[in-house]
Amino acid sequence: MIRTAVVDAAIDSAALVREVTSRATGATTLFLGTVRDVNEGRPVTGIEYSAYTAMASDELARIAHEASEQFDGIRLVVEHRVGTLGLTDVSVAIAVAHARRAPALDASRFVIEELKRRVPIWKREHYADGEWQWVDPTVTTQTVPTP
Amino acid sequence: MPHLEVLLFASYADAFGASAVTVAVPEIATVDDVVGALRALPGGGALPARPLVAVDRRYAPGPIPVRAGQEIALIPPVAGG
Repeated sequence: MIRTAVVDAAIDSAALVREVTSRATGATTLFLGTVRDVNEGRPVTGIEYSAYTAMASDELARIAHEASEQFDGIRLVVEHRVGTLGLTDVSVAIAVAHARRAPALDASRFVIEELKRRVPIWKREHYADGEWQWVDPTVTTQTVPTP
Repeated sequence: MPHLEVLLFASYADAFGASAVTVAVPEIATVDDVVGALRALPGGGALPARPLVAVDRRYAPGPIPVRAGQEIALIPPVAGG
């Protein structure tokens, strides 16, 4: 089974684990992406996620399909949240179950890496000093090394 | 000259000040023509050398032909996860 979704409410990660787990699965992995309090040295207070929802949904489904072809027998659920998230909120959850651990672990890694590379979702970080900016992973911000 | 609507998101929507713009393109147009027309608009200077474009919700390289009725979107660098 495979299910993917772009959601605008809190992700229930325990429900995702229950959804993929079956009597035939001996290994379940859960990857959670959460909002952390600092990025590139700047204190972060929250992140606003937005998406090209129609394409993001399609692209997530394509990635999940590719994962199921590459890792035969996985049970996979992926949810990505959009909207305004606070620190520690879950932005993305990937639950994978398989009879064996290796495909479950590898599929989880595959899905998050492809998601970050391809799915049209953006984040606007809000900082403690009141400023904000769109995060652009193609630009590396140079940080001044501390002595 | 056909006109195509292009969807804009995130930093590109901010740069153009709109969530969609309409551009005029040649009769037989490609993704590259759409990007060229976007560059000529106010805000177009913010685009990188090779911005990503999606046609009908799939990434489409520059030489791909486009026509009216297709869903065309300019995709800023993605940052999900």
